[in-house]
This record gives sequence, C-alpha cells and structure tokens, in this order.
Amino acid sequence: MTWLTHLGDFLVFVFESCRWVFRRPFRWRLIVDEMEFIGNQSLFIVALTSLFTGAVFAYQSWMALKIVGTDSLVGMTVAISLARELGPVMTGLVVTGRAGAAIAAKIGIMRVTEQIDALEVMAISPQQYLVGPKIVAAVLALPLLTAIFCLIGNLGAYAVATVVCGIDPGIYVAKLKFFLEPWDLYHGMIKGAVFGGILASVGSYRGYRAKNGAEGVGSATNEAVVYAMVAIFVVDYFLSVIVPSGYRSQG
Amino acid sequence: MSPGIPDIEMRGVWKSFGDDPKGPGENGATLAGLDLVVQPKTIHVLMGSSGVGKSVTLKHILGLVKPDRGDVLVRGRSVATASDVELREIRRDFAMLFQNAALFDSLNVYENVAFPLREHRKEMSEDEIRARVGELLSRVELENVFEKMPSDLSGGMRKRVGLARALALEPRILLFDEPTTGLDPVTSQIIDDLIVKTTRDLGASSVVISHDVHAALRISDFVSMIWKGKIIETARPADFRRSSLEPVVHFLRSAGAV
Repeated sequence: MTWLTHLGDFLVFVFESCRWVFRRPFRWRLIVDEMEFIGNQSLFIVALTSLFTGAVFAYQSWMALKIVGTDSLVGMTVAISLARELGPVMTGLVVTGRAGAAIAAKIGIMRVTEQIDALEVMAISPQQYLVGPKIVAAVLALPLLTAIFCLIGNLGAYAVATVVCGIDPGIYVAKLKFFLEPWDLYHGMIKGAVFGGILASVGSYRGYRAKNGAEGVGSATNEAVVYAMVAIFVVDYFLSVIVPSGYRSQG
Repeated sequence: MSPGIPDIEMRGVWKSFGDDPKGPGENGATLAGLDLVVQPKTIHVLMGSSGVGKSVTLKHILGLVKPDRGDVLVRGRSVATASDVELREIRRDFAMLFQNAALFDSLNVYENVAFPLREHRKEMSEDEIRARVGELLSRVELENVFEKMPSDLSGGMRKRVGLARALALEPRILLFDEPTTGLDPVTSQIIDDLIVKTTRDLGASSVVISHDVHAALRISDFVSMIWKGKIIETARPADFRRSSLEPVVHFLRSAGAV
C-alpha cells in the first residue's frame, strides 16, 4: 500500500469509529474508564513536566529580556507561550508517549491474540467497544490536562522569576493579568482537544492493523508514537493560524 | 428452519490475498473454488496440513473475510453480501472457540464468560448472570475459577473457559479452530469429548479444524480434506479411512491411522 491508501484507510477507520459512538448501545462507562486512564493517570507526569517547563522558560526569558530592560514582562511571556503553544503541544507529546503508546500496544495485542476477532464473532463492533471510547475520552481529557499544564507551568515560572531572578511579584502578576486573555487559554485547550483526537486515533489505528505477533505489536507501538508526535507538530502550525486567540499581545 | 437447508454452504469460494498471492491453490489463491456443506446437528471436521486455507475457510463462514468469487450461505442467508447489520444478526447464531481461546486478558474468568450475556441479554439481572456463568463453567467441568485471570490459567483451562463463553448465548453453530493443538493427550481428549457433548446438548452443528487425525475420526459425523485451497474429499469417518485419494492416503498414513 502507498502512503495515500494508508491515509485513506486511517481516515475511514476514524470516521467509522466516531460514528459508532453515536449508535446504541452507548458506551458511557468505557468512556469514563478511558478518561481515567488517559487523563487522571497522566496527571503526575504532566504536572512534573509542566513545572520544569515553566521554570526553565521563565529563567531563559529573563536572561533575554533583561538585556533590553524589559524583564518585567517575563510573566506575560511565559503565560502566553504556555497557554497557546507549550501547554497543548507538550501535553500532547507527553500523553502520546504514555497513553498513545499504551493504546497501540493494548489494541495490537488484542488483534494478534484474536481478541478483536472474538468481539466480532460475538456480534460486538470492536470499533464501538474499543476505539470510539478512547477517542472521545482523549478529546475530553486533553484540554483539561492542557489547562493543568498551564496552571502548574505558571506556578513554576512565578517561583523562579520572583525567587531566582528577583522580579517584583506585584509587577509580574500585573503584567500577566494585563496581557493574558481567556481566549489565549481557549486557543490552547482547543488545540489540546485536537491533539487528543490525533494521539488516540493514531494509536488505535496502528494497533488495530497490527499483525505478526510480538514483532508487529512492537512496530505498531513505535510507529503510533512517531506518527502521532509528527502529526501534532504539523497540525499545531495550522491550528495556530486558524484558531482565534487573545488580541492584546498581537499588537 | 425447514429441513434440507444446510447450516453452512460454501459454493465455489475463491480468495487470494495481496497483489502477489502466495497461497497453495491455482495462481497462488488461498481458496481455489472451495465447496462445503455442513448439515444441521452434525460435527464436521476440516482436515489438512498447515497453510492450506483451513482458518481462512472459518473466517469466510463468519464473514470476517469476504470471498473474491463464490458465495457463503449460513442457514440460507448469504454472508458474502450481507450488510454490517445483517452480519451481526447472522453472527448471533455462531460461537467460536479460538486457537488460543482469545479470552479478554483484562477481564477475569467470571467477566469473560459473563461478557456475551451482559452485551446481548440486557434483561438478565446480576444474580441471573452469576447463576448462568456458574452453570456454564460447570458444564465444561470447571469450578472455583471465577476470580482467576486468564494469564493464571493453563492452556486446557483457557480452552474450557473459552468454550463456556462460546456457549453462553446457546449458539446454533459452533466453530473450533484447532481446539486441541498444543495440549497434552489427556486434556485433548477432555476437550474433544466436550465438543461432542456440548454440540449434542445444544442440538447445534459444529465445524472443527484439526490436524489430529485420530480425534477427527473419533468425534466427527463428516470429515473433509482440504488440499490446495479446495475440498477434495468429504465422507463419513469410516469411508474417509478407505479413501483412495493420494493426499488423503498420505495424510492418514503419516498419522499412522491406516
């Protein structure tokens, strides 16, 4: 198969899986279970990466901004970058590494051990039972994780800026409040939802089409992570152009 | 269903895989004009060497794979041209025991056997499900395994749990993909006996894929030999033994059955 037929196969797969979400029986319970796995179980790793991302970003912007004497803008620089770009993209990458890989491996193993065939034989759609709930759960969980990434990232930045760099806390917060707008955060959360959809559907698809035993599951997992990460970067650029964001910082 | 309609009928089924097919049949086809008739309430064993298209035949019966040419009828309804919804309806008559049992490894034994009941018998209460699961497991001679995970079970036990799960919805047609491959002789015999017992108890028909010539001749009503993507011989066990077709003779002789 060429890459074009693969892409077509992927899009049909995702479309059908999403269509199954709206058919009876509805799989509420499975969606909640998957949200627990994709969202709740990613909290710690997201908190950890966001704390240090915010911290290092505050330090580096301070180093640069103080050259031109605008170090009071560190808070706003960090906050806007986190909300629009770093929050959703880093969350997307971290969750791809954790949950996207796990989705591909789980579904891949179910494929090669005939558990997916067993579902079919029992007259249950594997796409409805396995894939749909994962995509829905990721689309719902990623915006929330993105928001949490931004919150903790800002706390890390605030701590470094005020304690290490010696920026006045009052000025830090005042500038941040003036420049940051709700739509900056919405922009990031919308991106997060799209990235969630990407990582869950790519992971599910590669797992679903896995073959040749352990070897096949290994390459399915590997490719799922690589493809989802690349897709997140590429799609991020286009979303940045399309999705509206706060206007004050656009000059 | 009126008498005379076979449970399964395959008519001249052809199937090739990929752009450069490497099957055993003509032009690399995996199935090359396969005909098969399975009568109601019979046990029909499909025999043949590895890679002659036995598993693919089962997948055609279930509609997991569609034929390139020919037709597959299940109780008179075409599987090959059925829509998704029709296919799901047809599959409710089926149950299959997979080669490695295909138990859901994230669920324990109880949840595995309860799974089809929860999906298709929404009216059943938790107590009724519990009673039914207990009854199904005792039918395959297993006890006190509710809480065990599939990874904690031996090969023979997994097969039995798989069989219990397959029987949950009282299927009319049972499919077995190499039910005893990889099992010791004693366990194999237990599984073979369970196949016969459950098929007769349900009044169902069974299609069994097997390499095991002795077991096949012992449990079957009909035996078919698949060779190069076609069925070359179908007979009652006693007649099958006396077949003069070269591949059949060779197969029986290698197993020491003649």
